[in-house]
Amino acid sequence: MYSFEVDKPDSVDAAVSALQVEDAQALGGGQTLIPTLKQRLASPSRLVSLTGIAEMKGVSSADGVVTIGGGTPHATVAAEAASAYPALAALAGNIGDPAVRNRGTIGGSLANNDPAACYPSAALASGATIVTNAREIAADDYFQGMFTTALDEGEVITSVRFPVPDAANYQKFEQPASRFALVGVFVARFADGVRVAVTGASEDGVFRWSEAEAALSDNFAPEAIDGLSLSGDGMISDLHGSGDYRAHITKVMTQRAVRAAG
Amino acid sequence: MVDVTMTVNGVSKSGAVEGRTLLSAFLRDGLGLTGTHVGCDTSQCGACVVHVNGQAVKSCTMFAVEADGATVDTIEGQAAADGSLNTIQQAFQDHHGLQCGFCTPGMVMSAAALLRDNPKPSEAEIRDYLEGNLCRCTGYHNIVKAIMAASGQDVAAIAAE
Ligand SMILES: Cc1cc2nc3c(=O)[nH]c(=O)nc-3n(C[C@H](O)[C@H](O)[C@H](O)COP(=O)(O)OP(=O)(O)OC[C@H]3O[C@@H](n4cnc5c(N)ncnc54)[C@H](O)[C@@H]3O)c2cc1C
Ligand code: FES
Ligand code: FES
Repeated sequence: MYSFEVDKPDSVDAAVSALQVEDAQALGGGQTLIPTLKQRLASPSRLVSLTGIAEMKGVSSADGVVTIGGGTPHATVAAEAASAYPALAALAGNIGDPAVRNRGTIGGSLANNDPAACYPSAALASGATIVTNAREIAADDYFQGMFTTALDEGEVITSVRFPVPDAANYQKFEQPASRFALVGVFVARFADGVRVAVTGASEDGVFRWSEAEAALSDNFAPEAIDGLSLSGDGMISDLHGSGDYRAHITKVMTQRAVRAAG
Repeated sequence: MVDVTMTVNGVSKSGAVEGRTLLSAFLRDGLGLTGTHVGCDTSQCGACVVHVNGQAVKSCTMFAVEADGATVDTIEGQAAADGSLNTIQQAFQDHHGLQCGFCTPGMVMSAAALLRDNPKPSEAEIRDYLEGNLCRCTGYHNIVKAIMAASGQDVAAIAAE
């Protein structure tokens, strides 16, 4: 790692001003950023740690919306969102391994937008709102391709608001070496329709599978998408699976998620 | 350099660290607590697992400055002062839960975190919890057995597969 200083502000305002320094970067749980720094793929002059900011932590729920502080670790979401939004809690409880879940945060995951990360699919399928120090961003506008988001330089995710669906489920086809999703599908059924978000599969990062959404909105049953097929074009193709394989697994995971959501 | 102070295995310890000093490096090089092993240094293997404020974390993926003011527990704090092993350590010995022993500090610390939250885990729960702890020797079977035994459960049923 190159050398840097670490700031530990205790409020969002202090963090935002600390991030104004040239080449400063936010540090969440560090579960992605620290490995990146070790590889010298990033060289910030200063890291601004968000983990000591109490106002960015915790899970609350009111009026059918679950709000999660941007600095909340995955393990806390798994425990504290379990009754209000079980599918989201289950997703959080299956990220990586216990030690990763004790440190890694939802804000870090959404800011990073790894094409194989779990949370982006939950945010997109739930129609979540990403709240930053400066504005509110709809999930549909937030994800802009692999590792790319609507966030501006120095912008901090302070919380994420998830409308709670009537039924939902996340199915992760795990890549056992990385513990990320080879393909993950989050299905959410709301009164006004079904949303299906797919992670791990596309070269453009998380995406909504609109044909499946339409079919499932008419009939929320696994057979409803029997006739659909996704193309392997534009799907990630690597030694773990070809694009066609990922396309196939996407459909299987979607059907499993629908069955499990019931 | 900044000064950090943390309570390590019940004793207050201070030292000067750089921003980039990992907690694993501070424990090993700064405090001489080399029981915490660094296997991969890439967050994969879990040999470096310690408890920070009671939670299992990979000390190779946390900065020492982030643990300033925290309570840190490492493998060195597990045995009693007279050197007698704690229940989990003794079970690892009794059930042959280690071979080379490189992964063992992380395994014991992860097991301790698991048993605190879930005092009677099933075999499946133990295997799931150890997802982030890699062992290149044992094939995990005797580790799982040791943890079941440490939680007071009958291990006859999971005799060698
Ligand atoms: C072994 C292992 C297995 C994993 N498995 C999975 C998995 O199965 N599924 C999965 O989804 N993820 C997985 N991860 C990734 C993990 O979830 C990370 O915790 C997460 O991607 C990053 O969160 P973090 O808080 O650690 O962020 P950091 O690593 O601290 O930061 C990541 C990026 O986000 C920025 N950032 C951090 N917080 C904020 C914020 N609040 N606002 C704005 N920007 C911010 C940082 O500047 C940095 O660019 C795994 C990681 C490891 C090491
Ligand atoms: S040394 Fe920390 S996870 Fe391997
Ligand atoms: S005993 Fe050798 S790595 Fe586990």
